[in-house]
Amino acid sequence: MRTGKTECSQFAGEKLSRVTEVGAIDIKGLTRSYGDFVAVSDFDLTVVAGECVAILGPNGAGKTTVVEILEGYRHRDGGEVSVLGLDPAHPNRQWRQKLGIVLQSANDLNELTVREAVEHFARYYPSPRDVDGAIELVGLTEKASTRASNLSGGQRRRLDVALGVIGRPALLFLDEPTTGFDPEARHIFWDLIDRLKHEGVTIVLTTHYLEEADALADHVVVVTRGRKVADTTPADLGSRSKNLVSVRWLEDSELKEQRTAEPTKFVRELAARFTGEIPGLEVVRTTLEEAYLELVNVSEP
Amino acid sequence: MTNLLSLYYHRARLEIRLLLRNRNAVVFSILLPIFLLVIFGSVFNKTKLGNTNVSFAQYFVAGLLASGLLYSAFQQVAISIPEERSNGTLKRLVGSPMPPSVYFAGKLAASTFTYIFQAIALLTIGHFSYGIHLPGSATLWLDFVWISVLGLAASSLLGIAFSNFAKDGQAASALAAPVVLFFQFTSGVFFVYANLPKWMQDIAAVFPLKWMAQAMRGVFLPKLFASQEVGHSFELPKAAVILSVWTLAAALLCRFTFHWLPKNET
Repeated sequence: MRTGKTECSQFAGEKLSRVTEVGAIDIKGLTRSYGDFVAVSDFDLTVVAGECVAILGPNGAGKTTVVEILEGYRHRDGGEVSVLGLDPAHPNRQWRQKLGIVLQSANDLNELTVREAVEHFARYYPSPRDVDGAIELVGLTEKASTRASNLSGGQRRRLDVALGVIGRPALLFLDEPTTGFDPEARHIFWDLIDRLKHEGVTIVLTTHYLEEADALADHVVVVTRGRKVADTTPADLGSRSKNLVSVRWLEDSELKEQRTAEPTKFVRELAARFTGEIPGLEVVRTTLEEAYLELVNVSEP
Repeated sequence: MTNLLSLYYHRARLEIRLLLRNRNAVVFSILLPIFLLVIFGSVFNKTKLGNTNVSFAQYFVAGLLASGLLYSAFQQVAISIPEERSNGTLKRLVGSPMPPSVYFAGKLAASTFTYIFQAIALLTIGHFSYGIHLPGSATLWLDFVWISVLGLAASSLLGIAFSNFAKDGQAASALAAPVVLFFQFTSGVFFVYANLPKWMQDIAAVFPLKWMAQAMRGVFLPKLFASQEVGHSFELPKAAVILSVWTLAAALLCRFTFHWLPKNET
């Protein structure tokens, strides 16, 4: 069925992805406004092939604008962008074959069954995954004959992921993939993304859940009001907050609290002031959520 | 090339399957002309055209076949594209490596499928229930085929062009349905064209439905009825030219105005 020409371009595609392995995504000085509203300004980002990057930020921070510019949907006002070696403002078919896109909300395909949808989209790619394998990967084997309109929110999202990975993408975009999930569904979903990471897919994920970035990402970018306020690892994001550990104790029948970057040193000093046990001693590590909120608040005027 | 043809085939199958699963489309695009035939056919069963023994149903079926082109191609496409633009179908497709022509081929296939179903149903029911005479020669059937093909091309391309004006399926229904109804009243489908006021005839004569209906009458009415037409002829060659011009104009309009994404998502 497939022609020699398609196979040739497939070959070229493989070579191309090897060349661009160093930087899957390169963004310099990206800006985009909607009328007077500046959605993204002076945004830089480098994503290395094979890593999972989380773009973290509150609603309206510009996450979707950045991702949809990278996906070739939205235009930009300025800056340089390269995605898998191509400027996404001029997408072509060979480039699209290497991309997997899971949009923020999808309400299409409702009248198709899971298998019909996956089977159909597999046809658009030169060397797709096995249809049943993709359905199994996202855990929808038992729902393969169910219409998309009858799936739960989490199942529907997993169908979107199956469609995102059916073409064996080198780069997968996930825009707020677990918004509105209950904790159990979120954990099932994270396992799925973990499996894709192990296959070596480069993943760009947007989220406003810090635990999600922590669970999945090698690299976190925090965005607020269209600006990047942090670009680091999830672990480092925690330690960035100046006083990341709270030490609490009781003294003169009052609850005292000290935030410190050096809890051991502080507790040692505290111990010297008490004979025996320090009453009500608690040492609490700042959660990533708190660190994130601190970062967000820092950038508020 | 084989790969592209295979994509056309599979997209066409998908579109037809989706069409049959969409209750609104089945009722408003597929079955409507058949309901109209049954209603008008039953009411005007004994009515003859002028002092002839040709039934009003014979006149009406030509108009309904022309309307069928408008329902199955123009209206169906003009409603389904905005629906698919607002629910994210188009965004998903344009983000995939699908060649864009595959999408339009699918729409055209669904329209052709709908029209063929309507034509068979109209002619079968018309013939057996209301005594409609079918074309009696191969030449007339050949005319029927080219009128249908040109009509489908012009109508579906106009439907694609029209789809740019509505933000979702509901808005598109509200826009397209009155347009179709207006042309049915003014183009000689529900009323005899020659009896309409001159200004109404003049407006309708600019647009395709009048020419599709008139050409269909050339296929379904006896030759002597040509003298009853405004131009004293069914003017098939003129209809062919006008429908071709509309097809070309609509194709150009689509080429320059079609957008895959909602305006606020680019």
